[in-house]
Amino acid sequence: MQDSGFRKNQLGLMGWLSGGRYGVERYAYTLHRLTGLAILAYFLLHILVSSSRALGEGAWNTVMGYLDSPVFRVGEFLVYLAFAYHALNGIRLVATELGFFLGVPRQPVFPYSNSVKRQRPVLIVVMVVAAIIVILGGVDFLRAFPGE
Amino acid sequence: MRTRESTLWTWHLIAGAVILVLLGIHMFIMHLGDFFGTVNGDVLAFSSVMERSKDAAFAVIYVLLLGAALYHGLYGLRTIIFELNISERAERVVSTLIVLAGVALFLIGAYGTIAVYGARAGV
Amino acid sequence: MIEPAGPKQGEETDEIVKKVKFKVLRFDPSTTPSPRVDSFEVPVKKGTTVLDALHYIKENLDGSLAWRFSCRMGVCGSCGMFINGFPRLACNTQVLELESDVIDLKPLPNFDTIRDLVPDLSVLFEKHRSVRPFTLRKDMAELDNPSGEFFQTTEELERYLQFAYCIKCGLCMAACPTVATDRRYLGPQSLTQAHRYNVDSRDEGRTERKDIALGPHGAFSCHFAGACSEACPKGVDPAFAIQLMKRDAFKGSLGLLRKQKASAVAPKLTSAKRLEGVPEAPKRTV
Repeated sequence: MQDSGFRKNQLGLMGWLSGGRYGVERYAYTLHRLTGLAILAYFLLHILVSSSRALGEGAWNTVMGYLDSPVFRVGEFLVYLAFAYHALNGIRLVATELGFFLGVPRQPVFPYSNSVKRQRPVLIVVMVVAAIIVILGGVDFLRAFPGE
Repeated sequence: MRTRESTLWTWHLIAGAVILVLLGIHMFIMHLGDFFGTVNGDVLAFSSVMERSKDAAFAVIYVLLLGAALYHGLYGLRTIIFELNISERAERVVSTLIVLAGVALFLIGAYGTIAVYGARAGV
Repeated sequence: MIEPAGPKQGEETDEIVKKVKFKVLRFDPSTTPSPRVDSFEVPVKKGTTVLDALHYIKENLDGSLAWRFSCRMGVCGSCGMFINGFPRLACNTQVLELESDVIDLKPLPNFDTIRDLVPDLSVLFEKHRSVRPFTLRKDMAELDNPSGEFFQTTEELERYLQFAYCIKCGLCMAACPTVATDRRYLGPQSLTQAHRYNVDSRDEGRTERKDIALGPHGAFSCHFAGACSEACPKGVDPAFAIQLMKRDAFKGSLGLLRKQKASAVAPKLTSAKRLEGVPEAPKRTV
């Protein structure tokens, strides 16, 4: 409220990136947003690119030729990384936002436990699975790279 | 006991689950096909693409995946934009633009899939 | 002879462990409109809290320092501030537990600053009021003129008791990334209270709260970053309450939320006999 002389103290977008020394879930949230935006940007282009198959072989081959450079291949792999993180973290979010793995409400007794701490093993498990998916995809990516 | 936001969010979760399954299948075909011999040769060659396109199952999977992914992604984008402290009028404008973009992209993608299916399957 | 409690003769407990530098963000609309950081050296003993240090500064070093405090024991929620990058209650934070020779004090973020370390919590209270944080029933007459107690089992109590421990300190709001950008987001405090009343078996106000709590800038702007539960000094676990509320909303959207019958009023005992020598209760004054 500027007219009353109070000073604005919103963290703004910095509040998404840092804002303090919090647990990993707060940064998992920011990464989930970034990967989501990256995947969305890729997806919108992907719809246009893959719809070119309806315009015949000529159009298809022109588009595919344009995308065959190393820049696009690496970009695709980065999107794949983003997808692996987003999908696995998304599984955790669907489960926890529907109340699973959070325990039950209980009278707070110091030192307090909380649902975020209780669901941390789920975060670890999904990240391990995401890492496996990244490695599998990495193998496939490296196979396709040389000699193309 | 529902509000408009709760319905939109519920569909966001359901779309996420649908994408998990269908995109998994898509990834399998596009990247792990030759491990398991499901696809012969280059998966991105036009002939290979057309070979898959005449299958009704592919058409259905792709149209569903397209719809779910567009809904999920654009709802996410809307959520991010709405949390950036914009005015109520800006919120209405953004919502409308997102719906229009979603419908347009869906039509483009669905046309791409169905037209090819129609041509190849001799419908 | 019973030994008195406390330090034995010769045992030093008042010794100063070290001197700690406090860097405090100062702001005063009338004298310091542009914020600056003031440094103070404060002697710290075992058990000195940040609140104690602030008193030391005000009494000995700079009498113009302003902050809020009251109970000094972590139940009133007045002394919330940003201490070394984390929202804490000053009275609940031991200086030595921070394990640093420099303590950074800033006013609570995501609230306007009135002066120095004093946040403007009026927005918090407005958002809290907007979710109607009180028992709503169809028979409001009963609430206005109670005829007896409501039945409530221990299990029914456990469903909301944890969330009733909120002291409205605002630390969760300072921690939340969505509150950081979205001014209209209700925030963990009010959403937790909305859930606290929704699942209270005596309450029937779920429908009345849904337009605010489950509307735009309501519970669905929470993305389970979990920082609110980390920051909460009373173990309320607001993140948990909001996820439970979203679960109910999901079920409600699919038509799967079972309507619960509100607690009935316990009927007065009619056949009890007064024991010998037990006097009558005094007349009602309200």
